[in-house]
Amino acid sequence: MAQILTPVTRRLTSRAPGAGPLAGLDPRTRIIVAVAHALVVISLEHLVTLLAALALAILLLLSARLPLASIRRRLAGMAGFMLMLLITLPLSIPGTPILELGPLAASAEGLRQALEILLKAATIALTLLVLVGSLDAVTLGHALARLRLPTRLVQLLLFTVRYIDVIGQEYARLRSAMRARCFRPGNDRQTYRSLGYLVGMLLVRSLERSERILAAMRCRGFQGQFHRLDGLALGPGDVLFALLAALALTALIALDP
Amino acid sequence: MHIVDGALAYPVVVGGAGLAVAGILRGLKDLEVERIPAAGVLSATFFIAALIHVPIGPSSAHLLLNGLAGLVLGWAAFPALFVGLLLQAVFFGFGGLTTLGVNTLALALPAVIVHMLCRPGLHAQKIGVAALWGGLGGALAVAMTAALIALALALSGQHYLSAAKLILIAHLPLMVIEGLLCAAAVTLIRQVKPNLLGLFDQSLARG
Repeated sequence: MAQILTPVTRRLTSRAPGAGPLAGLDPRTRIIVAVAHALVVISLEHLVTLLAALALAILLLLSARLPLASIRRRLAGMAGFMLMLLITLPLSIPGTPILELGPLAASAEGLRQALEILLKAATIALTLLVLVGSLDAVTLGHALARLRLPTRLVQLLLFTVRYIDVIGQEYARLRSAMRARCFRPGNDRQTYRSLGYLVGMLLVRSLERSERILAAMRCRGFQGQFHRLDGLALGPGDVLFALLAALALTALIALDP
Repeated sequence: MHIVDGALAYPVVVGGAGLAVAGILRGLKDLEVERIPAAGVLSATFFIAALIHVPIGPSSAHLLLNGLAGLVLGWAAFPALFVGLLLQAVFFGFGGLTTLGVNTLALALPAVIVHMLCRPGLHAQKIGVAALWGGLGGALAVAMTAALIALALALSGQHYLSAAKLILIAHLPLMVIEGLLCAAAVTLIRQVKPNLLGLFDQSLARG
């Protein structure tokens, strides 16, 4: 289990050294462009424009020079939902009385619909992963704070990011203790009870840990405000990138009939 | 199972986001400075616990645990689960960016409802009765989450009806399993650290 968790959690706190023309972009520019991009892409309706949007996303991915293996693994995250849509949509569209072209034509329509969703989801996920997913989570938190998200929400985010790693290790310890006592998951009540105790114990230990954290913070006079140690500044590169992005998004909207 | 970008109609995306923002703001009201460390560490715990895979028949599924999150966190489950979903969407490609609101609502609204319905039962004299309420909460939350996801799809178009039905059916085994699991977790918490269950109950200023 530890091997599964470590790469997952490490991605949150250590940034892969960025390269390429995107490396110097301010996190705020990245977030705003990614959100605007997602809102534009979900409103597109034509396969051709969707393909153009995907091509742009791939271009962005290539210029960011991120390791492709990690991107592939991340895109696999939505496979389950997509598979379900690919199966059900072509089967259920013939039921609608709007299209009376016979079952074959109607199910082709359904497949087209599923394909559209697949393209939208992949394009948005790629852009999001390239622009925002390449930041480390602490920088993301600071950028969100600068974008006027509520302080408490940002603090919650930063705490969560900080302790995902720690709790992950705690979980791995408990899991190996169970393994040492011959626990093997199966389809029985014993498994569910043991996993329930595991989750309960994890929560208990987390709460005790948070009590120590609070005591330590009180001891240092915490008053509800963290100091942000980053010096984020918008540069000419950000302006250029934002302009290019605005141009590309406008072109996509204009091309979509 | 989180809804991906592009699957929902615009009104559903906007409506879901609006309701999620309202829920998050309500949840943040409960997060006084003193509670932020506990909420953050617990939020991280639910993030990790949701990665646990449980065997279901020949395959396996990951846990949701939103019922347990609701029992422990109350309204604070809204921001806590939102943070988890945001991290998953940005760093792991699960779910989507524009569907963040709907996905948050689908997880956190059942959590809050379970908190209101089942939380009082957890203080029952007998631990067995408390476990029963915990189990009920866990199962109920999964059922409501599946229903909300199905509803979001059904509202987005007629052609999603069979997908919506499939989601409802697919969550049935998980409902049973989370019920059993939450019952066990509540049993342990009642015996080891009962004050975990009263942590986010009232405002610190009043309580």
